[in-house]
Amino acid sequence: MGRFWSLLFLSVPILGVITFVWSAMGLYPLERHWFPELVVADSNIDHLFYVILAMTGIVFIGTGLAMFWFLWKYDDKKYDGPVWYSHGSHMLEIIWSVIPAVLILFLAIYQMDAWAGARMRRPMLENGQPKPAMARVIGRQFEWKIQYPGNDKKFDTPDDLYTTNDLHVPRDEEVVLEITSEDVLHSFFLPNFREKQDVVPGMKQFIWFKPVKDGKYDIVCAELCGWGHYKMKGQITVESASDYRAWLEKAYNEQELSEYSLAEAE
Amino acid sequence: MSSITADGQATHAHTSGEFGVGEFISTYVFSRDHKVIGLQFLFSTLLWFLIGGLLAIGIRWQLAWPWSDMPVIGPMLFSAEGGQISPEFYTMLFTMHATVMTFLVIIPILAGAFGNYLIPLMIGADDMAFPTLNMLSYWVMWPAFLFFGGSFFVAGNGASSGWTSYPPLSSVTEAAPGSGLAQTMWLIALTCVGISSMMGSVNYMTTIIQMRAPGMTMMRLPMTIWGMFITALLQAFALPVLTAAGFMQLADRVFGTGFFVPEGLIVNNSEMVAGGGQPLLWQHLFWFYSHPAVYIMILPAMGMVSDILSCFARKPLFGYKPMVYAICGIAGLGFIVWGHHMFVSGMNPGLGMTFMVATMMIALPSAVKTFNWLGTIYGGKISFTTPMLFALSFVLMFVIGGLSGIFMAATPVDIFIHDTYFIVAHFHYVLFGGTAMAVFGAIYFWFPKMFGRMMNEPLGKIHFLLTFLFMNGTFFTMHILGAVGFPRRLADPYHYETFRHLLPMNQFMTICAILMVACQIFFIVNFFYSIFFGPKAGRNPWHANGLEWQAPSPPGHGNFDFQPIVYRGPYEYGSPEVDEDYYPQTQPPNERGDTDEPATMVNH
Repeated sequence: MGRFWSLLFLSVPILGVITFVWSAMGLYPLERHWFPELVVADSNIDHLFYVILAMTGIVFIGTGLAMFWFLWKYDDKKYDGPVWYSHGSHMLEIIWSVIPAVLILFLAIYQMDAWAGARMRRPMLENGQPKPAMARVIGRQFEWKIQYPGNDKKFDTPDDLYTTNDLHVPRDEEVVLEITSEDVLHSFFLPNFREKQDVVPGMKQFIWFKPVKDGKYDIVCAELCGWGHYKMKGQITVESASDYRAWLEKAYNEQELSEYSLAEAE
Repeated sequence: MSSITADGQATHAHTSGEFGVGEFISTYVFSRDHKVIGLQFLFSTLLWFLIGGLLAIGIRWQLAWPWSDMPVIGPMLFSAEGGQISPEFYTMLFTMHATVMTFLVIIPILAGAFGNYLIPLMIGADDMAFPTLNMLSYWVMWPAFLFFGGSFFVAGNGASSGWTSYPPLSSVTEAAPGSGLAQTMWLIALTCVGISSMMGSVNYMTTIIQMRAPGMTMMRLPMTIWGMFITALLQAFALPVLTAAGFMQLADRVFGTGFFVPEGLIVNNSEMVAGGGQPLLWQHLFWFYSHPAVYIMILPAMGMVSDILSCFARKPLFGYKPMVYAICGIAGLGFIVWGHHMFVSGMNPGLGMTFMVATMMIALPSAVKTFNWLGTIYGGKISFTTPMLFALSFVLMFVIGGLSGIFMAATPVDIFIHDTYFIVAHFHYVLFGGTAMAVFGAIYFWFPKMFGRMMNEPLGKIHFLLTFLFMNGTFFTMHILGAVGFPRRLADPYHYETFRHLLPMNQFMTICAILMVACQIFFIVNFFYSIFFGPKAGRNPWHANGLEWQAPSPPGHGNFDFQPIVYRGPYEYGSPEVDEDYYPQTQPPNERGDTDEPATMVNH
């Protein structure tokens, strides 16, 4: 039975690698079982994922094969040779400590720039000031409230535009969003934008990205926020700058009209 | 009172006629014998393991066939909805699944069951340092069992703020169904688990430091004991933080304080009275314990696997000292990496870099351990017994779980995969593929010692094979879901266009999960049948070296029928100094040992 068990353990690295490659290639029946389409300029996260996948993949295959080979060869039903009586090897310990240490150090340094770009280097205006938020996203049970500052570029003034679960952003521009919460924790997750940020009540945070492809994409809530968590579904629309401005104007006029109509009705 | 016969079986001196109710209770119920307490923990945790598994099936059912009537169980539980799982119930299911598995299964089965049973036996002591405290550590679990169990039957059918219990959802009673009384009961139960673990850890540390047999130096301890020892240290230093945080959350809920509730919170259209708190404070306090808890949940398993691998490869453990240092290194680093759970929480991104580097460093001792395990089986004579198969699968599954950890340690990648099924895949590989497999291996390995009988090998192998296959079928595919960004904790992920096409894959996983739970029947049958009818085991059926194998099976009160004296480490297999391929720790140098008789006989 030793042969059977060795092969069973060998099947893990083989099937594991096949599954990953199969889904990354999008072959039947695993089409679209990999990253959702990337629609922002910054592909650092995807790149880094593949770098780590390659490194860990090599280690995984290596250890899997080594384990298989030892099990296959040293099965007590088949192997008649002497047992290698050894308590360890100082040299081997050094080798397999130093090599992973170097790889890990490389990874740690390699990713710092991507992290800084994603979380620390907020886009700047020409005058050196941080770029103001294009919109404010407010999480609440169980919807995303979106607030645009209007023509005066200031939040909480009478010309602010409010929408629910409907965020529009212009293509090819650095978009900065301010995010906050009214009640509990939510998490603002844009799978196609590789963007996620917990929305914490009492805190104001900023995220930024540069969309490069038109379309409508999901806004997901990724942090448990109550029983209706799954219903907290928004949509982000990427469109050309002119379409975006036209939408802003139209939405603002609709808001004015509805307020006016509401007053009439009363 | 018990005595030990020549063939190594313990018998009780009393006949049933003499054995009074009071004595029965003091021997088997409120026992102060570490072995009985260990078995009490074992039976309780295995029962909760089953409950936790069934909760998981509920989760998987909803993800595979959302909003469809659950056969058999559905109409019984929620007849009002026609047998469907409601979103409230779903939220409760994953909260309680995680809670049960973490706090009532994995931590107590490793420390409570195996720690209690094995520590005195493996170090040559007659009992724990504080037997009464030990008994209390088990009985303090009962309020936890009752509060966790009882919370299913109050409003909300169980806590439903996630096992991490993040405020404000958890600290504001109006925030969700199941964050009322159920959540309060959850917090009280958590405190009881904390007190129990604390009592246990004090006992383990003292026993290991103070009560080792003559000759049992620290560097002759089996890895299992090293794992338990470092785990006890982690519990002693990290657990009070969680217990304190739990009290603070309880105060927020019951007394209206505002530790974790910020200013100006509006829930259910009414503004909170208390404020000025900080939700992230809870996350820091929670993970300050719960990250080390990850190692509490794996270090003893690593130790047990080391012992099993060495025994069935008939070879010394490769690199004993580096293995010890690696455990210490993992534990030390474990204290400074809690922030990697908070990369996207709103914590200062500068802090994220520090936590990232520290987290990456943990890969180092983990790699050292893995390579040493491979070194252990290299050049041995491997017998593929059931415990060995489980131990080998631990190594392979731990490699997968460990490597996927590097993805989430990388801060930018974590932005995308955080809160997705990639994380779920990762910790199930570590905790099910790793710890649970090690626990099964350990049960098969030490069963002869515990009950004096052998388990059935063919049944054990069928159990292993099916568990291994369906476990990988269930959890490996989660990596793929995670790559798509499939979020955790959603009652209906197909509500989103992005995830709609993942339904068939979820159905595949659910079928695997159901079969994985179902095949545990082989284990249950084998376990209970063997307790009563398995072939009798002598003292040392595996021809192992550890002290516990020199005691009778099962050991009587006081464990050893001789004073064990230790001459060497526990991994002297295949030693050229003796004819046999093993060399028990108690056997004096250059003296032939005998399988069924202790090496040194002195009056006890």
